[in-house]
Amino acid sequence: MHKSLKLDPNKCTGCLQCEMACAYQHHKTFNTSRSRIKIFSFEAEGRKVPYTCTQCDEAWCLHACPVEAIVRDAKTGAKVVLEDLCVGCKVCTVACPFGTVNYMAKTGKVQKCDLCAGDPACAKACPTGAITYVDADWTGLGKMRQWAEKTDTNPATV
Amino acid sequence: MSYTKKILRVNLTAGTCAAEPLNLEWAGLYLGQRGLATKYLAAEIDPKVDPLSPENKLIFATGPLTGTAASTGGRYSVITKGPLTGAIACSNSGGYFGAELKFAGWDMVIFEGRSERPVYLLLEDDQATLLDAAHLWGKTVWETEEMIKGAHQDPLMRVSSIGRAGENGVLFAGIVNDLHRAAGRSGVGAVMGAKNLKAFAVRGTRTDAYAVAEPEAFFKAVDAAKAVLAANGVTGQGLPAYGTQVLMNVINEVGALPTRNGSGVQFEGARDISGEAMHANRPTDGKPNLINHNGCFGCTIACGRISKMDPNHFSVKDKPQYHGASGGVEYEAAWALGAACGVNDLEALTYVNFLCNEDGMDPITLGSTIGAAMELYELGILTKEEAGLELPFGSAEALVKLGELTAKGEGFGKVIALGSKRLTAKYGRPELSMSVKGLEFPAYDGRGLQGMALEYATSNRGACHVRGYMVSPEVLGIPVKMDPAATEGKAPMLKAFQDLTAVVDSAGICLFTTFAWSADDIQSQIQPALGGDWPLDRLMQAGERIWNLERQFNLAAGFTAKDDTLPRRILTEAAKTGPYKGNVAELGKMLPEYYQVRGWTAEGVPTQETTVRLGL
Repeated sequence: MHKSLKLDPNKCTGCLQCEMACAYQHHKTFNTSRSRIKIFSFEAEGRKVPYTCTQCDEAWCLHACPVEAIVRDAKTGAKVVLEDLCVGCKVCTVACPFGTVNYMAKTGKVQKCDLCAGDPACAKACPTGAITYVDADWTGLGKMRQWAEKTDTNPATV
Repeated sequence: MSYTKKILRVNLTAGTCAAEPLNLEWAGLYLGQRGLATKYLAAEIDPKVDPLSPENKLIFATGPLTGTAASTGGRYSVITKGPLTGAIACSNSGGYFGAELKFAGWDMVIFEGRSERPVYLLLEDDQATLLDAAHLWGKTVWETEEMIKGAHQDPLMRVSSIGRAGENGVLFAGIVNDLHRAAGRSGVGAVMGAKNLKAFAVRGTRTDAYAVAEPEAFFKAVDAAKAVLAANGVTGQGLPAYGTQVLMNVINEVGALPTRNGSGVQFEGARDISGEAMHANRPTDGKPNLINHNGCFGCTIACGRISKMDPNHFSVKDKPQYHGASGGVEYEAAWALGAACGVNDLEALTYVNFLCNEDGMDPITLGSTIGAAMELYELGILTKEEAGLELPFGSAEALVKLGELTAKGEGFGKVIALGSKRLTAKYGRPELSMSVKGLEFPAYDGRGLQGMALEYATSNRGACHVRGYMVSPEVLGIPVKMDPAATEGKAPMLKAFQDLTAVVDSAGICLFTTFAWSADDIQSQIQPALGGDWPLDRLMQAGERIWNLERQFNLAAGFTAKDDTLPRRILTEAAKTGPYKGNVAELGKMLPEYYQVRGWTAEGVPTQETTVRLGL
């Protein structure tokens, strides 16, 4: 079973524990500037929104890469950057419609979410359940349940 | 070891920025942030300096847990000599600024001197630059932050700045970062304004600036401590749902809610301005005041209130800039702008709180000072002609108007800007200032809570709730339930709270964790972060050392035991209602014992034995 990161902005408080966990997992630093998941603040609406790669099936970044440095991890379905092959041309950052592949000036390589080989650090670090790692086929299950709860199925009225 | 081991010294007079190594010997004694910056300040300035002169210094300091995965590990403090009090001033803020400063590779930044022209500091990793701020002068915090981020095309930059209040010398001006997190109390923003320093912008991309000493042990302790916060009723449920406003109805029922400038201890309008009221749909537009709750950097509690006003409220009717979401009222602000002024209009409170964030003012002192002005007006001492408006207790219109005038530095706002001590002295009624050492006390009445009375009287930055929160034992039963009316046992408990709080404020974490965390929970995280040997007794002794250092600074600044007192009203006018009706604050029964447990003389001076024991 493939799993997906499920992001629920309604539960996000903007604490950045996910960004720290991501940065630490991949770069052994707490510096959130190294994180592959980002929390965006929409001040006027009072909202915090997590955003990262959704792991497209037909991934633009993967197809755009001229040196085949982005490959699909068979186990997780993640599109993973092979740093040894990456030449830092940044074409993938142009190709990605969502901006979730980014270049790092300090290493000369790009980076993107790799689902931490199937155990995403961000989801583990999130204190509110705004980031979860769930069955890829059923990311809508929670919302379905919410709506299901609203339907009137009181047995007494049948 | 979780320090960057580097501090930046910015001489505003000369316009220079220079890096220097952190004094690690001092760090071993004073931990970081509040404690360590106080050590630097005490070593570098004459405690008698005029706080608004170039000879005063202004220090932005992080702690060893700032910018780590420890829950709430994003705090920084601003340390200086306070203009409102003349005492040591230390104000602590959350948001994201503190962690960013650490990411840039700095434990601390010391501002000294005074710039001839308005400037702001841009700190990008190792690169420190003082830039012209002429175009920012006269702008609010909100405008300043947007303009700086825009000018440098960097939305990831974090900005800490003063608004017009700090520029205009409002003596209780604060420094605001991330739009609505503030180093709010004791006038640190006025010192920044006097230095012609408009803002401090930082961006940190360094990954090698610091690291915890023992990562495996650190993460284990951090995860365990997060679980403690999540499982605790206050930090896991109460604070996320209601913020500190969870207290409004509780403290009112206890009979410890100072009302109408301390003339009462219970407010009949408490329910209208409570955390519960923030959740309820407004009758006017059917929407709630509270729309979300946010966390600061690293915080797994997330008590921050995010509010949206009723756009048809009289205060913002034609002002669309206040119709969006922003930082809502916390308990102390709701009390000061509400109960202390007898105002029960939650929307008016929210608006004035927005103003406090927008232009950088301490809502506690603002509300308490307006409350004092209202009492002077009710007594016929302050006239409508002089104030420019009618200001009876309960007038939301007067609260709103005075908030605006103070922020802008206009009209009677220039008098409110002086704080209640100077305001009441000006009208010959100094006893009507609800302050200690010049700082207005917050939302707990010493006639109801005897331990808080002692805390107000002895707190080093003036009357304060976040130096030794005796509400925890007296109301919440943390760590043990104490009778609020009792005086026995309060002195040693307060000492323990004050010392532990000094540790928390010096470590880079938030005081609110202590609703759930024991001293051991805190020690278990500091130890692996720092490495070496940091048992609890060393930490608590560091806390005691910090407390005594602050005390020594104040004594050298000219304070004496006579200043360890309370407003006459709290000592002599008995509570008229509530469970502690008939009570006054029994300071005389507690203070001598407090001096004794502190190892101070009867005159409140640390004995030689104490200073030697603490290595002072």
